[in-house]
Amino acid sequence: MFLRIHKYLEKKSFALLLGIIGVVSVGGLVEIAPLFYIDSTIEEVDGMRPYTPLELAGRNIYIREGCYVCHSQMVRPLRDEVERYGHYSLAAESMYDRPFQWGSKRTGPDLARVGGKYSDEWHNTHLQDPRAVVPESIMPPYVFLAEAELEIDDIAGHLAANRALGVPYTEEMVALAQSDVMTQLDPMADDYDGFMARYPKAIIRDFDGNPDKVTEMDAIIAYLQMLGTLVDFSEYEADLDENLR
Amino acid sequence: MTNDDRPDVTDDGAPRYDEPTGQYTTGHSWDGIEELNTPMPRWWLGIFYASIVFAIGYAVLMPSIPLINSHFEGLLGHSDRGEVAADLVEMRSERAVFADRLSGTGIDDITADPELFRFSMAAGKSAFGDNCATCHGTGGQGFKGYPNLNDDVWIWGGTFEDIRHTLEVGIRAAHDDTRFNIMQGFGQDGFLTRDEINDLADYILAFSGLEVDAEVQQRGQTLFADNCASCHGEDAKGDRSQGAPDLTDADWLYGGERADIQTSIYSGRQGVMPNWNERLDPEIITALAVYVHALGGGEPSLPAIVPASMDDSAESEIVTDDTNVEAETP
Repeated sequence: MFLRIHKYLEKKSFALLLGIIGVVSVGGLVEIAPLFYIDSTIEEVDGMRPYTPLELAGRNIYIREGCYVCHSQMVRPLRDEVERYGHYSLAAESMYDRPFQWGSKRTGPDLARVGGKYSDEWHNTHLQDPRAVVPESIMPPYVFLAEAELEIDDIAGHLAANRALGVPYTEEMVALAQSDVMTQLDPMADDYDGFMARYPKAIIRDFDGNPDKVTEMDAIIAYLQMLGTLVDFSEYEADLDENLR
Repeated sequence: MTNDDRPDVTDDGAPRYDEPTGQYTTGHSWDGIEELNTPMPRWWLGIFYASIVFAIGYAVLMPSIPLINSHFEGLLGHSDRGEVAADLVEMRSERAVFADRLSGTGIDDITADPELFRFSMAAGKSAFGDNCATCHGTGGQGFKGYPNLNDDVWIWGGTFEDIRHTLEVGIRAAHDDTRFNIMQGFGQDGFLTRDEINDLADYILAFSGLEVDAEVQQRGQTLFADNCASCHGEDAKGDRSQGAPDLTDADWLYGGERADIQTSIYSGRQGVMPNWNERLDPEIITALAVYVHALGGGEPSLPAIVPASMDDSAESEIVTDDTNVEAETP
């Protein structure tokens, strides 16, 4: 009987198309669809928040410059990786990433926990001239980041787009996006407390050592310095059954 | 040529035995082109069926199918995360032998014990490559703005205890007790004029041999006494207790050209070293301190040179430091 159906499908291309869609979607329905509702997909953690507007702008530059081509952001659950980079990455840590930057190609080191590991000044020097601090590096120089003024006119739009995709930005966050960029760069800013309430654990300072100008360097260093720092691992119980995968 | 002359076009003709190959055809024929129905080789079919059986077995034993609330965990209960946790426990217990011996131990005891020293150097070297080499260079040679660790020039002190403390709390870092001072931008912040900075730079360079005329020397001396001496000392020899570098030697963290020194005075220097107490285990920090101390410029520990009466208090201080670090490290 199967052979007869098969013979029929082989002759009718539209029926074959429907058949293929039917078969292929089984994989998706069984393996992918449940990930959107089962509890064991994303761990429950404390500390995750959406990116600040400045960090988001930095992330956009990270993507624009193709940093992900050489750098992964995923510490795998392997002893040597945990030893070198720190706690393995959790799914929860990229829950506000649209899209995530896990990657699998490591020409350079993993960056998932690079936040706080080096000084702003080091990042600044290293991005402009990698070989000034790491002679054996093959990373290209990104001198222009220090010169290029950060475009912030459309930053509220970026927040709104992320919100449409489910990132919990509030109306207020979107409305204040542009001024929040400036607030994060100025420890003396008026709205310091409001900003910290909106984005707990955010780092407020001038990142590129040039307080007179808001550059793309400010944004990308702000982004790099927060990577992997949000989840409070002293509160996270990695050994709980529900957190084991 | 009429339609009748064309070879049979049938979809389901009977399979025909094909003489030259010794196989049957499928019976399909397209404009006379037929298709042999050669069976798959036995070895290939065998692997194919075996891999189906393996996949079923794997799905039963290992975490596989997503269910209603969670996923099917597999009969073996395997967990990558559980495995790495077990690996780490094993690793720590292997290290614990040395960790216990390292905690609260002075450098003299460590160097006196070849096994402990070897462990410290090996662990220190590997941690240095992962964490420190990025700024201080793979050989600890340093770069402009990042101190050379091979020489005997130390800004915050070069004893084993000093180095370990710097590693724990960092410099201008996020730690509450971080080593901190401010070398302000005397030009940028409007304390000194351009001319004054020129004089001061020349005066400072005179310590390491630059010939300066007496008038500049005179003006520079006054400026130095007013602005710099409180940290760098009257004699410009620096003060390690507040991290003020010696300005009389030929070693310059930010470059020894006149322009470098002028820049340092004009815009200040605020180098940052992160605190490592949250990232690294205490025994690794100790091992790193041993390694850096041994790179070439390590200085003898304080207790060895202070009078015996102070010995006890200095040692108990170190022990307190250690307990702090353990409490802070998760």
